[in-house]
Amino acid sequence: MDRRIVKIEARDINFFYGSRQALSSVSIEIYKNQVTAIIGPSGCGKSTFIRLLNRMNELVPNTSLKGAILLEEEDIFDPSVDPVEIRRRIGMVFQKPNPFPKSIFENVSYGLKINGITDGNFIEKKVGESLKKAALWDEVKDRIHENALKLSGGQQQRLCIARCLAVEPEVLLFDEPCASLDPISTSKIEELILELKKYYTIVIVTHNMQQAARVSDYTAFFLLGELIEFGKTQDIFTAPKDKRTEDYITGRFG
Amino acid sequence: MERHFDEELKDLNARILKMGALAEEAIMSSVKSLKEQDKALALKVIDSDKQIDMMELEIEERCLEMLALHQPIAIDLRFITTAMKLNNELERIADLAVDIAQRVLEIVDKPLLKPLVDIPKLCAIAQSMVKQGIDAFVNRDIELAKKVVLTDPEADKLRNFVQDELINDYIAKDKSTAPRAVPLLLIARHLERICDHATNIAEDVIYMVQAKVVRHHPEKLE
Repeated sequence: MDRRIVKIEARDINFFYGSRQALSSVSIEIYKNQVTAIIGPSGCGKSTFIRLLNRMNELVPNTSLKGAILLEEEDIFDPSVDPVEIRRRIGMVFQKPNPFPKSIFENVSYGLKINGITDGNFIEKKVGESLKKAALWDEVKDRIHENALKLSGGQQQRLCIARCLAVEPEVLLFDEPCASLDPISTSKIEELILELKKYYTIVIVTHNMQQAARVSDYTAFFLLGELIEFGKTQDIFTAPKDKRTEDYITGRFG
Repeated sequence: MERHFDEELKDLNARILKMGALAEEAIMSSVKSLKEQDKALALKVIDSDKQIDMMELEIEERCLEMLALHQPIAIDLRFITTAMKLNNELERIADLAVDIAQRVLEIVDKPLLKPLVDIPKLCAIAQSMVKQGIDAFVNRDIELAKKVVLTDPEADKLRNFVQDELINDYIAKDKSTAPRAVPLLLIARHLERICDHATNIAEDVIYMVQAKVVRHHPEKLE
């Protein structure tokens, strides 16, 4: 029955911004081809945590980390590991769509080019495939050389997903991907996430409880830098074990 | 932190409590109408069922509204879905009280076949099971809910006793007693069914509090 494969394992993560501890002893397993939602109030460490998963926190000065994050049993912080390669394998989509002020085509092909790919036919094929996988192709196929900033917010967000997909990642990290989208665009992204989990392992940070309930297989609840509860989404949302989880998800918190 | 939603949940709680009180009263009155051969009281039980039916619809509408508008989760979700189930159970209980009253009307003009001994006992059990089931719901009292579930076999036993007695000591010996015996036999059966619904209520309460399904799994009671 239980055929979960661990894709990423965080082991006893403690993370500091200067002297302030943002994460305390967080250990969690992220399963392959599953959607894991991370929920918790603002400032609980969920964005910090998700950014550690592809070494984005290194870009912040004066931080320190204890513990290990294993991607298929390989420590991503090992000195021999290239952070750029990690970020290719683990892509990220942010709260606000952030396309480059370039054409749709250039946005999607960007990652391929910086990875040294020059074969025009290959790039074209990959751009088409990525836009299709991101459920954007039908809407943009006739204007692929237009500036990406002309797209709507929801389309821009799917473009950012296509841009991630072009470099063939294994894991997708979504940091509140629907926070600035209307309900229709939101439901498109959610549908897309459910589709993408066939091919990728997905971690999503969300403030929207219903969204976590709808799209995720597993849910992790963070509070004040600690992982309070982790389990199957259906269990967390029908019968959480920890009172703090229940208070948070039912809106009794405070 | 008190939420506005909590007011609505409290209101739902109060409505279930009221419906429970009405159902309990219907059971009591139906059996009282039998004991006292009181036709008017039997008719009153039948008539007051309309009020319970209306309440059922109101509560159901409330619950659906709360589900749609608040999209509750965790304990809130379990509370509302449990209230919906209790709502149905109580309505069925009230219907069974009506059934009893109808049986009473069939025999009210004839002398009682025998002095009533076990039917009032069964009635007391049924009424107390319903009351305790509702109390367990309101107070989220698992121990009380378990007690209700464990009482049910007693009701089954009494029902069988009444049934055997009426069949063996009366109908089998003298067929002409059947028109007066069969309604009593059915009343015992209706009361026992009420106990079954009270058991459902108690099992639903256990689910609500512990998120554990004990229905059809008596071994999970411990």
